[in-house]
Amino acid sequence: MPLLDVQNLTAYYTIKRGSVKAVENVSFSLEEGEAMGLAGESGCGKTTVALSLLGILPVNGKIVRGKILLKDTDITKLSEKELREKIRWNAVSLIFQGAMNAMNPMYSVEDQIVEAIKTHDSSITKKKAKERIAKLFEMVGLEPERARNYPHEYSGGMRQRAMIAMALACNPSILIADEPGTALDVIVQAQVLKLMTELRKRLNLAMIMISHDLSIISETCDKLAIMYAGKLVELGDVLTMFKKPVHPYTQGLIAAFPGIYTPKQEMKALPGSPPNLLNPPKGCRFNPRCPYVMDICKKKTPELKEVSKGHYVACYLAKK
Amino acid sequence: MTETVIKVENLKKWFDVKMGFFKTLTSKQKLFVHAVDGIDFEITKGKILGLAGESGSGKTTTGRVIMRLLEPTSGKIFFKGKDITHLDADSMRPLRRQMQIVFQDPYESLNPRMTVSDIISEPMKLQGITDEKEVEERVNIILEDAKLIPPGEFIFRYPHELSGGQRQRVATARAFVLNPEFVVADEPVSMLDASIRAEILQLMLSLVKKYKTSFLYITHDLALARHVCDDIAIMYLGEIVEQGTIDQVIFESLHPYTRALMKAVPDPDPSSKRIEVVIKGEIPSPVNPPPGCRFHTRCPSYIGDVCKKVKPKLIDVGKGHLVACHLYSGKSKKK
Repeated sequence: MPLLDVQNLTAYYTIKRGSVKAVENVSFSLEEGEAMGLAGESGCGKTTVALSLLGILPVNGKIVRGKILLKDTDITKLSEKELREKIRWNAVSLIFQGAMNAMNPMYSVEDQIVEAIKTHDSSITKKKAKERIAKLFEMVGLEPERARNYPHEYSGGMRQRAMIAMALACNPSILIADEPGTALDVIVQAQVLKLMTELRKRLNLAMIMISHDLSIISETCDKLAIMYAGKLVELGDVLTMFKKPVHPYTQGLIAAFPGIYTPKQEMKALPGSPPNLLNPPKGCRFNPRCPYVMDICKKKTPELKEVSKGHYVACYLAKK
Repeated sequence: MTETVIKVENLKKWFDVKMGFFKTLTSKQKLFVHAVDGIDFEITKGKILGLAGESGSGKTTTGRVIMRLLEPTSGKIFFKGKDITHLDADSMRPLRRQMQIVFQDPYESLNPRMTVSDIISEPMKLQGITDEKEVEERVNIILEDAKLIPPGEFIFRYPHELSGGQRQRVATARAFVLNPEFVVADEPVSMLDASIRAEILQLMLSLVKKYKTSFLYITHDLALARHVCDDIAIMYLGEIVEQGTIDQVIFESLHPYTRALMKAVPDPDPSSKRIEVVIKGEIPSPVNPPPGCRFHTRCPSYIGDVCKKVKPKLIDVGKGHLVACHLYSGKSKKK
């Protein structure tokens, strides 16, 4: 049985003009210690999926349908109190996008992590929490003495490390990282990604890496899921996805990432832009941009089908 | 012989460090941020030079100083052989027609109160092209070049009605509308989604080709630079550490910093998990840069005192491949 099993997750945001269909029928599963990349353009619902897994959608957001099974518990059915005490941080934790701004500048880093630990584990004493922070800091490669510093005294890379320490504070089994590399320099980014990969192996963490940069995912993950306009369009292991992408969107996205050692080439791009999710196109949501569009694509939504073992595609062109 | 369009010589830009009143009284020396600290390069007609490095290495400052948006501290800037380092605003104005810049953030670089047509025609009006018919015609042509088709649908829109990619197209159109000789693009795609990046770069490349513009492409993304530039210069803490054609620098990287950068670039090919971290720590403060070679504090191939004390010169190791590192000090091919 998988550690995490997301079934037909559908989440909408209500705004004045209607409901934004941010995530629709997304299903995937994650084994213990497995790393999955979640990629797609901005606004495709990657972050909404992450927020749903922790039950922290904004007030106007709602999970309309679907189940999120964590071992046996359906997270979508839990109360706020149960979520706080059992799920958030103790089972699933999140490294927020933009480490630069994710910390409160008015508190020392230590105080913020103590707060996080105490919120999710009320029995722990402050002293014990601090001891734990010292251990965490060593694990992520920061000097434990630096815990008493304020966020502005940290460099970008150090803040990202502190965020990772904070995320690991209550021994979660799943770590979600939302764009962990953006806003960092290549070298620092490489350091952080390496650290995350090491920690994942050492702690047997399952990880969901959200990024629009496919090369980051290819370096760090086992599986890759591609989202387009709120839908999962293709899912499979990283190697298959990069070597034999089936969905035209995945193909386009991969072609938009030239490797540094590949011969100089004309960069290919996907023409057009993603649809408005208040009123997404009928049928396959990718049909207005798809180079291979057929009649059926405009009428019926393609289901996610297994084309080879563990490789799922939602496209009428996909053949078994 | 191809014409040199832009040339900089020993260009420096230092910023004052702002200190409190009492600190100014008590501190013995004035502190400076050595943002750009003595760089030389030139760009010939129709060529694309990439300028790469980590944040804080002085890439953006270099771009702005060349455009004379910032005053250089010392050094010289030549535009088509003419020294423009100290020209005043009035004498610069006619030259601005030939030098343009595309900024990083298309969400901030376009005036939200102006329509697309106003934005694109403004540089023409400033340059004294007032014939409305000509202005309109040029706006239409450049919008078509920028693939904002049909132009009629875009000219009356405001920036908030455009997507990020379309905004950057407008910014690009604005830069190219006067057929400039030289364009600086400061991380033009770093704020955009990966899928649109290629598209915008392709657009810039086609305009560069069409108008034979010389192009300075400032970036931190080496993988993209590989497919955009003819030549590339790698900057570290305000200095150029390696320079050459893109193939020389990427396939035959010499400087330990360039090598480290290359190894840190994530590769989209999953069969080669070769991300490697060879250097520790982050870029030191440019207020008090390390003496000798500025990279010695992080260098994996540190060879002793010479690195700490002597500043390595940028030398030619053959075929115009320049490197500033003591490892290669005996291998100069040119004086």
